Amino acid sequence: MKDSNTYIFLYASAMVIIVAAVLSAVATFLKPYQDLNIEIARKLDILMSVEKARELAMADDRTAYINEEYERYIVGSYVINHQGEILDDVEAFEVNVREENRKPVEQRNLPIFVARHDDGSESYIIPVYGRGLWGPVFGYVAFEEDYNTIFGVIFDHEGETPGLGAEINTRAFQEQFKGKRIFDDDGEFVSIDVIKPGTVPMNEHRVDGISGGTITGNGVDAMLENSLSSYVAYFRKQKNQNYE
Amino acid sequence: MSKSEKEPLFSGKNMKLLSTPLNDENPITVQVLGICSALAVTAMLEPAVVLAIAVVVVMGAANVIISLLRNTIPSRIRIIVQLVVIASLVILVDQVLKAFFYDVSRQLSVFVGLIITNCIIMGRLEAFALSNKPWPSFLDGIGNAAGYGWILIVVGFFRELLGSGNLWGYPVMETLGVYNIGYEDNGFMILPPMALITVGVIIWVQRSRNRKLIESK
Repeated sequence: MKDSNTYIFLYASAMVIIVAAVLSAVATFLKPYQDLNIEIARKLDILMSVEKARELAMADDRTAYINEEYERYIVGSYVINHQGEILDDVEAFEVNVREENRKPVEQRNLPIFVARHDDGSESYIIPVYGRGLWGPVFGYVAFEEDYNTIFGVIFDHEGETPGLGAEINTRAFQEQFKGKRIFDDDGEFVSIDVIKPGTVPMNEHRVDGISGGTITGNGVDAMLENSLSSYVAYFRKQKNQNYE
Repeated sequence: MSKSEKEPLFSGKNMKLLSTPLNDENPITVQVLGICSALAVTAMLEPAVVLAIAVVVVMGAANVIISLLRNTIPSRIRIIVQLVVIASLVILVDQVLKAFFYDVSRQLSVFVGLIITNCIIMGRLEAFALSNKPWPSFLDGIGNAAGYGWILIVVGFFRELLGSGNLWGYPVMETLGVYNIGYEDNGFMILPPMALITVGVIIWVQRSRNRKLIESK
């Protein structure tokens, strides 16, 4: 009886239904906690790109500390399109950068976050997204008020090789980006190159790659080029306004 | 039947189920199963510990569930049933990690999911839980997972210490000040092949100390 086809079918069906019910119940129950984690992680990334939330290790309540810092320093956000026009009907924090990257550049929603430092100066933070060796690489790049000089960056990855490509999320790698410029003296967009030390003399448009992490480095290079280029129109507009 | 029911929960026979996988029948060093994840997550101590705990939970629970169902499972689809049980438990663990230990879950990324393909778990379900009662099965599961886990943790300890000079993210080597006298981290330790060599060293030490494992001519 136990090996009859009917029994096997019934057994398999019952098993699948029970498992599906249990898993979806658990997933639904845990979803709010997971979403909160993701939201906090994103806020932390945004804050870290402008050198905030530095005392996180000492905070008793991580979530509360991050929310507090976010409220304090991130004073605004908006979404633009690739022509640099501000879109009113989209909320910057709600934009899923991964999804946006699948669309053609003309249809992308491009978020910008504004941070105000204690001295009153502002930084403009934009999300970047690209491909490393094993999976996505992503992060935030913060610009100074000239929309050209990099104030700070934060990168992370999903599965780059530990000790090699994975080094892109270390401070040592990210510190290099500070003060680099994405426009050359003639105002042309040149992005920031991640290249092997010694191949090109050090200048303000390049940083050193990571030995053994060349493909991840190339991924970061391409990510910056692709993601930043869609903001160029807006950055130009803002710069021209500043000169007038 | 009544005799076995009277058997105390922590009888010698049951405790053996728990202790042999730690040494004499260690899944990694003796049976050489589940090596792939042992290589992948041991570059640092913390993910190794979390994965070890996750495997203990999944294996203990899977063994009990399969053991409870053992008289109802049709033998023709038993492998599928085992897989479904393991996969569901792993998804549960993954969801819980994502909800309450987000940072660690980000570090482990796909490796939690890969517990499903860990051959030790399926091996124990097939070899033990399908033909034993829940309590011994539970002990067998916990024992084997712990046998797997302690190897993972030892490997993770040495790889993080020698490879990046840290332990659990704390800069041990820097605190000791050994960099000042010319010590350098061995970047090799972070690469997967060194996990294999570390496991090899553990096997060597274990065999030279444990007479039972020395093969007779």
